Amino acid sequence: MLWRALLLCLALAMPARAEQVVAGLSQARVSITTNFAGSEILIFGAVKRTAPLPAEGGLNVVVTVAGPSVPVTVWRKARRLGIWVNSEAVTIDAAPSFYAVATTAPLTQALSDTEDLRHKVSIPRAIRAVGTADEAPEAETFTEALVRIRQKQGLYQILPGAVSLTEQTLFRTSIALPANLTEGDYRTRIFLTREGAVIDAYETTIGVRKVGLERWVFNLAHDNPVAYGLLALAIAVGAGWGASTVFRMLRG
Amino acid sequence: MHIYLPIAEVSVNAFLLLGLGGLVGILSGMFGVGGGFLLTPLLFFIGIPPAVAVATQANQIVASSVSGVLAHLRRKTVDFKMGGVLLAGGLAGSVGGVAVFNALREIGQVDLMVTLCYVVFLGIIGALMFVESLRAIHRAHRGGSTVPKRRQRGWIDALPLKMKFRASGLYLSVIPPLLVGAAVGVLAAIMGVGGGFIMLPAMIYILGMPTKVVVGTSLFQITFVTAFTTLLHAVTNQTVDMVLALVLLIGGVLGAQIGTGLGHRMKAEQLRILLAILVLLVCGKLALDLLLQPRELFTLGGGR
Repeated sequence: MLWRALLLCLALAMPARAEQVVAGLSQARVSITTNFAGSEILIFGAVKRTAPLPAEGGLNVVVTVAGPSVPVTVWRKARRLGIWVNSEAVTIDAAPSFYAVATTAPLTQALSDTEDLRHKVSIPRAIRAVGTADEAPEAETFTEALVRIRQKQGLYQILPGAVSLTEQTLFRTSIALPANLTEGDYRTRIFLTREGAVIDAYETTIGVRKVGLERWVFNLAHDNPVAYGLLALAIAVGAGWGASTVFRMLRG
Repeated sequence: MHIYLPIAEVSVNAFLLLGLGGLVGILSGMFGVGGGFLLTPLLFFIGIPPAVAVATQANQIVASSVSGVLAHLRRKTVDFKMGGVLLAGGLAGSVGGVAVFNALREIGQVDLMVTLCYVVFLGIIGALMFVESLRAIHRAHRGGSTVPKRRQRGWIDALPLKMKFRASGLYLSVIPPLLVGAAVGVLAAIMGVGGGFIMLPAMIYILGMPTKVVVGTSLFQITFVTAFTTLLHAVTNQTVDMVLALVLLIGGVLGAQIGTGLGHRMKAEQLRILLAILVLLVCGKLALDLLLQPRELFTLGGGR
């Protein structure tokens, strides 16, 4: 009897772990060098199965890449004395500096609303994850503006159908990181879903770092601003003096 | 070829930056102006954050004014005493200006303030220059030349704390030069300009300095005030972008040499009217941005 009960339990528990994600990234680090002009990250993997392929319900893959979350102030302009000035502001406690969500099917189809709420996958949920400050009655429009502006800059990307899934097993997608990227750990998540329910998830980070000269200049400016300022002046004075000497020699 | 600016944290085309630096360099060589008042708005247009544009611009002006002041030192056309007084005012003004700049940044109005300053100053200067050069051309056509009258400095002569400025041949109170210097220091901090376009007329018309020492002395003051402003911005805001400054510098230095050559081949009045039109165009573009309803009503600022 006990044996049967155990088996039954196992059989019931099985579907949740019957399919697992095994994933990889083309690169785990992105280096911002002086001539950095954006980067493309290839995210790929396979679905590992310990049970036969379920007969019904399509398999979907959702991939998200999120940059570090920082507070953002959104300003709204209004006409004051004939000119357009910033008049109202709403501070959003935390919004990712970059966010891409790539899916095999439209997001609403691949992920149910409850799962979206739980895992904070869609862009508005990813922003609201830490909660908005309700400073204005229509804080909603400010959040929408943030999404709209960042989408225009390529910093927020909604990519339905960008994940290709072969034979219900192999999947791959590529996410374009724009040139105006900020530093930080980019949290990358992969969800396997069936009928909108998440059956397995995988998480890793991509480290985006300034390197070489970029790193050195940035660190100096923040760690030792006096030395940085003096160095900037020395370069300027040197260049000014050098230029006047060189051109005087050329003419003379 | 793109170049990632470490402080501005944006990626821009290096040739575009070199070109802008070069273009402004040509203009400054042709017209003998610093060009900061043109370059800073151009940097806004290509998407450099205003705070970084202003601070970096101050750094770049140091370079161009150093090479200018060296030339004037060789010709001995710098009034050090007057320069020192202007400088004292300038440093105080710069401290005040950076404080105002930071306060405005806190309340999210720095863009507005900088743009408004530009519209007002470019508008006034452009219009004055335009009218003045039209008159000069008109006079040249009639053939007769009228000697400009020496301004009466009644109220200035009444001020206390008089000092002798031998190189300028003046005996006057230190208050007006201190005030002029301070005004220029504030502008350097808020607008990222050298302020030559304010100081030169002020020195000639208010202080009554002889034209021959005006340019050298103002460059002397600008060099130190912008250097000080650069340091202040670097220490308080970390907004000086060395890489951006360097690229602009290279373009500017080369452009200035080309511009000087071009300037010799054109008539002064034509040059001035061209510059006036250019200044008015930049002013008009900035003014339109303020007056017309923007397509996007929302802007993003850094969080606090």
